[in-house]
Amino acid sequence: MQLLKSCTATVTALTLAAIVTAAPGGGTVTGKITYTGTPAKPKPIDMAKEPSCAKQYTTPPMTENVVTGPGNTLEYVVVYISAGAPDESSAPSTAVTFDQKGCHYTPHVLAFQVNQELKVTNSDQTSHNIHPLAKVNHEWNKSQPPGTPPISEKYDKPEFISVKCNIHPWMHGWFAVVKTSHYAVSDGSGEFKLPNLPPGKYTLTAWHESYGTQTQEVTIDGNETKSANFVFTAKPY
Amino acid sequence: MKSKLSNAFLAILLFGCFVDFPTVQAQEAQVGKLTGRAEQGKPLYRRYCIGCHGPRGDGTGENAPYIDPKPRNFTQATFKCRSTPTGTLPTDEDLYNSVGRGFDNSNMPSWAPLTDQERINLVAFIKTFSPRWKTDKAGTPINIPNEPPVTVQSIQHGHDLFQKLECWKCHGPEGRGDGPSAATLTDSNDQPIRPYNFAEGSRFKCGGTNQDIYRIFITGVDGTPMPSFADVIQPNDAWDLVHFLRTLQVNREGPERALLKSSGTKLQPIQTSSGGGR
Repeated sequence: MQLLKSCTATVTALTLAAIVTAAPGGGTVTGKITYTGTPAKPKPIDMAKEPSCAKQYTTPPMTENVVTGPGNTLEYVVVYISAGAPDESSAPSTAVTFDQKGCHYTPHVLAFQVNQELKVTNSDQTSHNIHPLAKVNHEWNKSQPPGTPPISEKYDKPEFISVKCNIHPWMHGWFAVVKTSHYAVSDGSGEFKLPNLPPGKYTLTAWHESYGTQTQEVTIDGNETKSANFVFTAKPY
Repeated sequence: MKSKLSNAFLAILLFGCFVDFPTVQAQEAQVGKLTGRAEQGKPLYRRYCIGCHGPRGDGTGENAPYIDPKPRNFTQATFKCRSTPTGTLPTDEDLYNSVGRGFDNSNMPSWAPLTDQERINLVAFIKTFSPRWKTDKAGTPINIPNEPPVTVQSIQHGHDLFQKLECWKCHGPEGRGDGPSAATLTDSNDQPIRPYNFAEGSRFKCGGTNQDIYRIFITGVDGTPMPSFADVIQPNDAWDLVHFLRTLQVNREGPERALLKSSGTKLQPIQTSSGGGR
């Protein structure tokens, strides 16, 4: 009787403890990505060769290899946990979408997980070919005329893949394939947020297509929010 | 007692040295009854291939800086001429045929003077340059249905497909490799590359038969701007396109051009203004 009571007590205590540490929320890392120096100015894109796209713009669209925001912030920086968390090879069942509209890729940088379904859609009146230049994953190249169904693909290795359309050489985008569910892409204010982090010592990696990669260590003890900022050096060209 | 044990130990160790492990599969190639072995291909590679493809098989041989297009980088396992879908590995037979046929408009010669056995040994050795051959299987070869007869309707329909699928964007309205996007094309290593010029009449990259043309645009030419049209064209339509493409080869008087001429049909010029949806 006494034994049963103490057993129950222990089990209850352990269950409570488990609930507490596995609480949704966990720790959060937030941050801002900025740059020093003077970045190259974005250039207007001439779409005269594709009138059906050119006419969708009142002013010509700009190149996106460096997109800045107010306060010297950088957009389209991929921030993710590169060490300290277990690899996650089973991806979420929801697909991510990469759209071609106005002869432009949306989003410019698409981050998703290894083995997660990627859907490529063509919302234009012209054919595109979707040609992700993978070096570690398989390189494929498919034609996608207007009105055809989305192309469904996935990648089984982490890699930053440059994406282009050969027909429209000004189109550039990126697939950031990561093997963790803890990733984010900095927004128009250069901000990112990584929630739901269990306690641990993590390596945070920030990647920008023109300014390279940086890392930072961050430790989460419980449910606190930690701040991690990155500063990149801009190049004038 | 002690010596018997240590003898047994030694025997097991020695035995281990001579056992073939399963990974040897990746160092073999098979075409029909021909089996190639990588260790026999190695001296052949060093004699015939290393000058362009390099000691590491990555296309950085001594000759590489002076030739265009660049030699194939085998470490990436991306190949132009396959019977398998885009993004998948070619079959051993695909590689065997590529080595034998060579690549027109490039520095890769036809290696037909080698014996069949030497050729298949080379294929086996080439496969050792990329780890992909150990983890992936070759893609499933596409099915090429029997070619239907060449008729004027087939050619006319192929012409309409050439317009609709926008082949002319790169290949040009007369297939002369002068389309609006042709001048800015680059291959997957950022080297400038031109689309095929049908009017020139040289052999297609991956063979000269109608089946070879069919296969090229269904599987795509990996590593180049030429995509796969497998998801967007039906087999019958694909044959119609093949028949039309043959009529663009003005320097080759084939049956397709002869039929078009004798029927008196005049095909409409391909329109090059993409004015929003067709």
